[in-house]
Amino acid sequence: MLERATARPATAPPASRSPHAYARALARLRRNPPAVAGLAAVLAMAALAVAAPLLPLAPPDQTHFVSRLAGPLSSGYPAGSDQLGRDLLSRVIWGTRTSLVVGIGAALLALVIGALVGITAAYYGGYADNLLMRGIDILLGFPEILLAIAIVAALGPGLVHAMIGVALANVPFYARGIRGAVLTLRTHEFIDAARAAGAKNLRIMARHLLPNIVGAMAVFVSLNVGWMLTETAGLSFIGLGAQPPTPDWGTMLADGRSVITVAPHVATVAGAAIVLAVLGLNVFGEGLREIIDPHP
Amino acid sequence: MSRYLVHRLAWVGLVLWGVSVVTFILIRMTPGDPAEILLGPLATAQDVSRLRSELGLDRPLAVQYVLWLGHMLHGDLGRSITLHRPVLDEVLRRFVATLVLSAGAVVLAFGPGIALGIGAARRPAGFADRTALLIAVGGVSVPSFWLGMLLIILFSLRLGWLPGAGMYSPSGQPTVPDLLRHLILPAAALGALPLAVITRVTRTGMADAMREHYIRTARSKGLDERTVALRHAFRNTMVGIVTVVGLEMGFLLAGAVYVETVFSWPGVGSMLVNAILTRDFPVIQGTVLLVALAYVLINLLTDLLYAYLDPRIRFE
Repeated sequence: MLERATARPATAPPASRSPHAYARALARLRRNPPAVAGLAAVLAMAALAVAAPLLPLAPPDQTHFVSRLAGPLSSGYPAGSDQLGRDLLSRVIWGTRTSLVVGIGAALLALVIGALVGITAAYYGGYADNLLMRGIDILLGFPEILLAIAIVAALGPGLVHAMIGVALANVPFYARGIRGAVLTLRTHEFIDAARAAGAKNLRIMARHLLPNIVGAMAVFVSLNVGWMLTETAGLSFIGLGAQPPTPDWGTMLADGRSVITVAPHVATVAGAAIVLAVLGLNVFGEGLREIIDPHP
Repeated sequence: MSRYLVHRLAWVGLVLWGVSVVTFILIRMTPGDPAEILLGPLATAQDVSRLRSELGLDRPLAVQYVLWLGHMLHGDLGRSITLHRPVLDEVLRRFVATLVLSAGAVVLAFGPGIALGIGAARRPAGFADRTALLIAVGGVSVPSFWLGMLLIILFSLRLGWLPGAGMYSPSGQPTVPDLLRHLILPAAALGALPLAVITRVTRTGMADAMREHYIRTARSKGLDERTVALRHAFRNTMVGIVTVVGLEMGFLLAGAVYVETVFSWPGVGSMLVNAILTRDFPVIQGTVLLVALAYVLINLLTDLLYAYLDPRIRFE
């Protein structure tokens, strides 16, 4: 698990993108069974989500009042039905689409903004660095969940707004991490060489710095995306994210809570999907961190 | 220490000012005219324009901010639109409930987390280490709101051991034993995340400490392994754990929102959610400001405690 001999992409810029490096990374991944299992679980869920329209499932919004709150394994409802008689298996699989897209979307949005802030701050240093990082510190004056909720309050409840809120609330995490990664690179000779060759700032940032922090960025995202998924599901759960009847894990949990005394399976099914996805992402993220950077 | 203190306090002042600006901007971004929302749908255009000038909404934004900040600093957070009561009283009352819940979660997580962490560090890859890893990964992967529902299903509905909703029994006097019975399940649901973090920090901290030279010295003096681990290594790990507990406590103030919703716990988080859904913007603003204030203060206290415990920090 604690593998130490790794070429950090920071010291060998071109090597990080060579096919050789990928092969080595793959080999290391294969020696980490939990990470492989996590990746497999997430990929399987993503495949189910993509294939949802092709699967022999009832439409996720189709209500059937005669068979309300059917238990799991009852005829026609492999995972049971909810209070409107909707098929829970179908809703969970369709909900994977919403939940994964929103969770991963939030992580990528936070990454892009965080990278812009982090690279700019670290590359220019001085006043720009001070100004940007003090702004980030002020955002850190809010508990992260509170900031996400406050942003959703300003924009109004909704799935896209929840995604934006969670993304913005997590920008400080990415901005700080990426700034740190760039700071260690800035003094390297290949940056001086690029500047001596007449490259403009923007070109140095995009062509020389960015490719060298891709590994670090992948680690940040993979460690954070599970949390983003939980948080967006949480916002939907408390009514600030996806709105009914959109099939989404968070709203399914909210439905489950309202019938928890008579039909506990409704909440159980949706929650199990969240845990499987988040666990898979987290375990894979840990594995990826060990592969790319054994010393965080 | 006093130089460090002054430095930290100035910084906290700056952060709080930033928090007030961000909150002000967010509230002003809210779609719709605050005066119209305050007066409700039956108000005439005349009423609205009168309230607008009363609230200063017709003045430039910078002036509005200064006026607004003046009100906030005097503790005047306005009146709730839905509850018709001063926001400050309501938020403070609810805030106590959230503090009780967060403290309960940290208390439940503290003992087991430290015990597991120490056990895991003493025998790597042993049973305790595997359990610790499971909890460290599971605690951050299982959402508190789902864990809360599972606990309700098992301990409240199936076994009937503990109540699964509210802070006190609806009938009878609110007593401490009654509160504790109501607290156990939500605190356990909320405590899973701090448990994971404390376990992890203790394990890493102990493993690092056990490699230090003073541990070798202690061993060579002939001390038994138990004393070495608890008296020498753990004491130094404790500094890191205290910091983490402080940070977690601050985090839980807002993180409690989901658990409060599951357990109908009358805390500040569920109040905030209701305020957003009913567009009660004085309450939204008051809650956000007070929770952020508490968060910054808790972090400050943690920093000071850390500097007190580890003198190296003060002199940097």
